[in-house]
Amino acid sequence: MLKLEGISKTYGEVRAAGPLSLKIDPGKTSVLIGQSGCGKSTLLRLMMGLIEPDAGNVLLDGERIDHTNNLILRRKMGYVIQDGGLFPHLTARGNVELMATYLGWPEKNIKDRLDQLTALTQFPHEGLNRYPAQLSGGQRQRVGLMRALMLNPEVLLLDEPLGSLDPMIRHELQDDLRRIFESLKKTVVMVTHDIGEAGFFGDTIYLMAEGTILQQGTLEDLVSRPADEFVTRFINAQRSPLEAIRGQGA
Amino acid sequence: MKRLGGPVAIALAFFLFVAPGPAVGREVTVASKTFTESVVLGELLSALIRDSGAASRHRRELGGTRILWSALLSGEIDVYPEYTGTISQEILAGENLKTVSEIRAALEKRGVLMSRPLGFNNTYAMGMKKETAGRLGIRSISDLRKHPDLKFGFSNEFMDRGDGWPSLKARYRLPQASVRGLEHALAYRALEGGDIHLIDLYATDADIKYYDLFTLKDDLNFFPRYDAVILYRADLKKRAPEAVRSLLRLGARIGEGPMIRMNARVKLEKVAESRVASEFLADAFGILSKSRVISPWRRLMQNARDHLYLVLISLLAAILVAIPLGIWAARRPVAGQVILGVVGVIQTIPSLALLVFMIPLLGIGGPPAMMALFLYSLLPIVRNTYAGLHDIPIGLRESAEALGLPVRARLLLVELPLASRAILAGVKTSAVINVGTATLGALIGAGGFGQPILTGIRLDDVGLILEGAVPAAALALLVQGGFDLLERFLVSEGLRLKPMP
Repeated sequence: MLKLEGISKTYGEVRAAGPLSLKIDPGKTSVLIGQSGCGKSTLLRLMMGLIEPDAGNVLLDGERIDHTNNLILRRKMGYVIQDGGLFPHLTARGNVELMATYLGWPEKNIKDRLDQLTALTQFPHEGLNRYPAQLSGGQRQRVGLMRALMLNPEVLLLDEPLGSLDPMIRHELQDDLRRIFESLKKTVVMVTHDIGEAGFFGDTIYLMAEGTILQQGTLEDLVSRPADEFVTRFINAQRSPLEAIRGQGA
Repeated sequence: MKRLGGPVAIALAFFLFVAPGPAVGREVTVASKTFTESVVLGELLSALIRDSGAASRHRRELGGTRILWSALLSGEIDVYPEYTGTISQEILAGENLKTVSEIRAALEKRGVLMSRPLGFNNTYAMGMKKETAGRLGIRSISDLRKHPDLKFGFSNEFMDRGDGWPSLKARYRLPQASVRGLEHALAYRALEGGDIHLIDLYATDADIKYYDLFTLKDDLNFFPRYDAVILYRADLKKRAPEAVRSLLRLGARIGEGPMIRMNARVKLEKVAESRVASEFLADAFGILSKSRVISPWRRLMQNARDHLYLVLISLLAAILVAIPLGIWAARRPVAGQVILGVVGVIQTIPSLALLVFMIPLLGIGGPPAMMALFLYSLLPIVRNTYAGLHDIPIGLRESAEALGLPVRARLLLVELPLASRAILAGVKTSAVINVGTATLGALIGAGGFGQPILTGIRLDDVGLILEGAVPAAALALLVQGGFDLLERFLVSEGLRLKPMP
């Protein structure tokens, strides 16, 4: 279980996140949403231990993440960034297997796990020998996901995982991702700026502004019981394509 | 810093390993300066040593006065031909040595013995074309005062010697402003071409007669005598007494005329120095020595071997030191700026100066040249390693961190492979520059393709110059091509692909 306690992080004079406390529901998908610079990615990187908070604690299963243990704890978490963050010098297989090979897994285990993952992400087996530069954006993202899941982590952290994809590929991958999350029953934290995506994935949505959480709840909570005017403005700021047609009709 | 201890130690071990100690055993090392007469004398000396039964080695065209003198003191060479005026005015200037016995005593204090004069006085002189001198009515150096517009061109050594241009100018109160330094062998041609009007001459130069030059009278007796002598280490007398006895036979045996003729044979008739020397020894002493003329092919191979040796060792050492330095620079911003600054400054030191700085530390020949080349090779590799690591996108860096890879594994499995292309490009740049710069190694006796270039300039022989310049250029191209090929093996295919849209 992932928990933030009284966390805050500043860069010089600028407050990047906090102070805030937060309990991520285990086995559910939580979405952090907000405008650019609201601190949602900072929060994700704090959870991953990529940056250390100025104050407060990040706890994974009750253990405080700091520089002494983050190497070990990170292996219990998978991390996916926009465009997959794949290492261009390694093939898809090289990327996915990297950590297991480093940890000295037996070849058989690696192969079995790889078979499970390609089936899960519906990634074509022959694509494993391609380099990232030879893969499409959607395929890269599937490889990124396989790499994050390789060690079978408890928690999956995704930072705008679909941000750079074309709308149709994005739509397809959204369906696949939700199916994967539901089948795996892992704790998932996803960062996005798209309210539609947030509603599609999120069991709980955390709407953030200026480093803190303005409101948390389901999409319905946010729409029908907004905590303040900003929440409403933020939700309404994203146009539905149908809006234009309705506007004509009126 | 600890991390760097290893590579630095390896690099140092390299240089110590290749650095020869002082001459050992019975081999006697002769050296000569970078002009024809000195090389001929060097050949004479080594032939005489061989005639005594001892082994000899001639380090031809090793350098200028300063380099040979310090090599003699440090024991890297045992014998070389010198001139009394150069000793009193340049090497031991400031001791105000007047007579030959005073010079001899001053040398002895430094463990150096001097033969009696060989028999000719190769003094400095000022020379111009007969036609110019006649037209302007110039007979003596004092007459130059009336013609401030004349252009002077002096050998580089003469430009800053104690007995050279600065004191000549002061003594004669010469007003000329256009004075430049140039290679002595080229000065005659510049004079002939009319680019300059006055040059410094060595009295026994064959070119004086060949170009029909007018020698100006030294009316204030500025130039001292430059009697040719043999300088040798005092310990040589114990190590190889028979060789010293044989050498000393040359005393008072070479007159001015014979010396000029020998210079002319080499310079104008293009006869090998060793042959000219053995002819003289056959005439004067009845010594039948084999002139050791090396075939052009063997010479080329020898030069190629020396050149490759210089380049490979210095480059290898540079790679071992520069890549860790680059990694360190990328890790620690402050240290990084210092490292990049220092290697940048090294790069700005003129190569000739850097070579000479190395001599007191590492002597002459290969090791100082390798050290200088090593220092020059650092910047491109350090900077490219730094840049290659520094330019890795933050997303990739954090992805590696997020996987839970420790620092070392991240470096080896992710960061260095990602930077490999930049690092290899840096090594390639260093290697190509290195091949070119190594030609300067010949100036301090390191051999290589610079050797025929240097000799070619001295003898005004374009063929010889090309014998060094063409293989050096070809080697540079070969190195370039070799690294392009190497890139296919060392840089992942994934980094050489154009990304899909």
